[in-house]
Amino acid sequence: MTLWHILLAIAAAVVVALAAGWLFRAALVAATRGDLRRTFRGAPLTATFGMLVILIYVLVAVFAPLLAPFAEREVVGGQYLPWAAPHYLGTDNLGRDMLTRLIYGARNTVGIAFATTALAFLLGSVLGLWAATVGGWIDQALSRLVDALMAIPALIFSLLLLTIFGTSVVTLILVIATIDATRVFRLARSVAQGIVVMDYIEAAKLRGEGTWRLITREILPNALAPLVAEFGLRFCFVFLAISALSFLGLGIQPPTADWGSMVRENATLINFGDVTPLLPAGAIALLTVAVNFVVDWQLHRASGLKE
Amino acid sequence: MTKPVLLTMTDVRIDGRAGDDWLPIVKGVDLTLHRGEVLGLIGESGAGKSTLGLAAMGFTRDGCRISGGSITFDGIDLVNAPESEKRSLRGRRIAYVAQSAAASFNPAHKLIDQYAEAPVVHGVMDRAKAEKDATDLYRRMRLPDPEGIGFRYPHQVSGGQLQRAMTAMAMACRPDLIVFDEPTTALDVTTQIEVLAAIRDIVAQFDTAAIYITHDLAVVAQMADRIKVLLRGDEVEEADTRTMLDAPAHEYTRTLWAVREHARAQQPPASGTPVVSVRGVTAGYGIATVLDGVSFDVHARRTVAVVGESGSGKSTAARVITGLLPPRSGEVLFDGKPLPPDYRRRTRDQLRQVQMIYQMADTALNPKLRLRELIGRPAQMYLGLSGRALTDRIRDLLHLIELDPDRFIDRLPSELSGGQKQRVGIARALAAEPKFIICDEVTSALDQIVAEGILRLLDRLQGEFGLAYMFITHDLATVKAIADHVVVMQNGRVVEQGPKDGMFRPPHDPYTELLLSSVPEMDPDWLTRLLAERGATG
Repeated sequence: MTLWHILLAIAAAVVVALAAGWLFRAALVAATRGDLRRTFRGAPLTATFGMLVILIYVLVAVFAPLLAPFAEREVVGGQYLPWAAPHYLGTDNLGRDMLTRLIYGARNTVGIAFATTALAFLLGSVLGLWAATVGGWIDQALSRLVDALMAIPALIFSLLLLTIFGTSVVTLILVIATIDATRVFRLARSVAQGIVVMDYIEAAKLRGEGTWRLITREILPNALAPLVAEFGLRFCFVFLAISALSFLGLGIQPPTADWGSMVRENATLINFGDVTPLLPAGAIALLTVAVNFVVDWQLHRASGLKE
Repeated sequence: MTKPVLLTMTDVRIDGRAGDDWLPIVKGVDLTLHRGEVLGLIGESGAGKSTLGLAAMGFTRDGCRISGGSITFDGIDLVNAPESEKRSLRGRRIAYVAQSAAASFNPAHKLIDQYAEAPVVHGVMDRAKAEKDATDLYRRMRLPDPEGIGFRYPHQVSGGQLQRAMTAMAMACRPDLIVFDEPTTALDVTTQIEVLAAIRDIVAQFDTAAIYITHDLAVVAQMADRIKVLLRGDEVEEADTRTMLDAPAHEYTRTLWAVREHARAQQPPASGTPVVSVRGVTAGYGIATVLDGVSFDVHARRTVAVVGESGSGKSTAARVITGLLPPRSGEVLFDGKPLPPDYRRRTRDQLRQVQMIYQMADTALNPKLRLRELIGRPAQMYLGLSGRALTDRIRDLLHLIELDPDRFIDRLPSELSGGQKQRVGIARALAAEPKFIICDEVTSALDQIVAEGILRLLDRLQGEFGLAYMFITHDLATVKAIADHVVVMQNGRVVEQGPKDGMFRPPHDPYTELLLSSVPEMDPDWLTRLLAERGATG
């Protein structure tokens, strides 16, 4: 009986997701023109569903103060209230509104994870492409530095740095971005090394192009597909890293709402068969799945693979 | 006298997937092959030769399907046979030799292990017998050291030897039919001869039937009993080799034959300061010396062809002139003034004057840039054009290379054919308005008709803009077609140089003689005669 219900719920969720993806694709096709329109028309439903989810998250993050029924840090009632109006998803361990904190969590967790990943990619890919392009001692120096940083376990290293520099949001972003940039550097460098030996790079060098133009116009467009795929993965890792740090008390600091720490704060409820603590975890899972749907599609397009 | 029929194909149609549609690749071809017979399949790229060759094994590439007709191999229906039955045929009764042996061997295993795989799997012989058999076939293929060569890895033998080892491997189960897909196209002329002779002998010894796919007419004339000409998936005509060579019935076949007849008239010797002058250049990588005291001049409106087999230093000479490899001694003069040895020290104008066209247009054009930027960039950089003037210039250049600007200006290289890509490579060189262009094997990746078009285009552009060309090639037919002055290189030295007309007339340096005599001729008896001559003297 229960098993049937679960299977039914999963099937219903898949149908709803595909239907949403289909509707969103129809909307995108209707709203765009030309090349973009052709691109969207060929997009699989998983990809449009992913885009829809990401769009919703972004809207929620941007308009959090308008959407949330209460203030982020306001204690509005008793602890662990059940799901009933006006607290549609109940309250947490301190009596704050769960729905409100979920909405603000989108802003904090997603915003910080995105900023961190973007910074890591900017730093890692520019340095990686540069190292592969110029080679010689610059490549050696950067690569050995990255090797040294990668030799230290990431979590311990970030704990160390956060203890030294303090735990503000800015240091959190900088520390995680620096550590993740080493991984991006290695990928970007190895991808670019395969590209710099091509004849068109030789032709561009003989033409007298500068290093910056070589990197941005000749190498980057050809290295983009693996970098984009890595971006999706890296985004999820950063998410998890922030949650892990929050759990250890060095991540996003309370009372700021953050999905990672919300799971831990309300974990007791799981003992009573209540799913409320799993909602922030579900929000993380849904976003990671959505991001990877879109990334898969982009990768598929960039690599020119067809069924 | 006629032998029993081995393979029959009737009205074979094969489609390839393009997006949601199926486009025909082979449009209803009939083919009959008798035991022990060699059939040549010939046509330009995209004619469906390889697709048809693979279909003879009941195989289609991914994204292709056999949509009609029947293929019968020795009484077995290959279109409808179950996959397991076809698999038991392949390797045992039908074998395949691919164009690039280097890419077809697994680099992680010794040659003999790969040789033994098929016979052991098919249960034809056990491992010990397979090894003995391999040695025997290696000897018949005239491979050096037949007892030891099987225990080497693919990267430890040369390209020509690898291609022969591959043929020996295909012979392992003594198949009834072998499909050769351009087995010598990637080899240079002197190596090609050895492979051709070995293939021809072994096929005759075991009375194996073969389908020989190539775009080189002179090669097919040596190998095949009958020739079938394909054009865009249709059969043009089929005849016995001698009949086909003497009296081709169809207009298209005649154009194929005519390709080799384009030759540039000998120009009078040039005078004045040469555009580029290479003076006593010695260069190399690490401790290896690749060029040893090389000197030659290139004059305006003249083409210097640099010939030699792979590894003779032709491309290294180009790298010295462009400044990618500074020489150890000697110098390169441009208009009588020395060029800085390293390209990084050359001025923008010096860089502009020396342009290069590459062998592989696929790797020479950035696949992510549109033609507008590919061709426009040099004009923008060197001539300072922008906006309207730049677009006009790009359109002029596209006109020059005979591509319609309206259709092509915003295309990506992947949306062009091989010949069109090479034309874009030419336009990019022209955009810089240089005096001197290095053409590095520009036609060797193209089939003859397309190559012919490229050579004519280069010839015309030279007249229009007074360009000087340095033409690197290993194909002497190309030399005949385009050169004024020929430089023959071997092991990094110039062994002979002089005007083209003199070069094709004796007496020669022995190496030049070897190169010249290795160029296949359209006469079907050429290979036999040549081997007899060489056997007599050597």
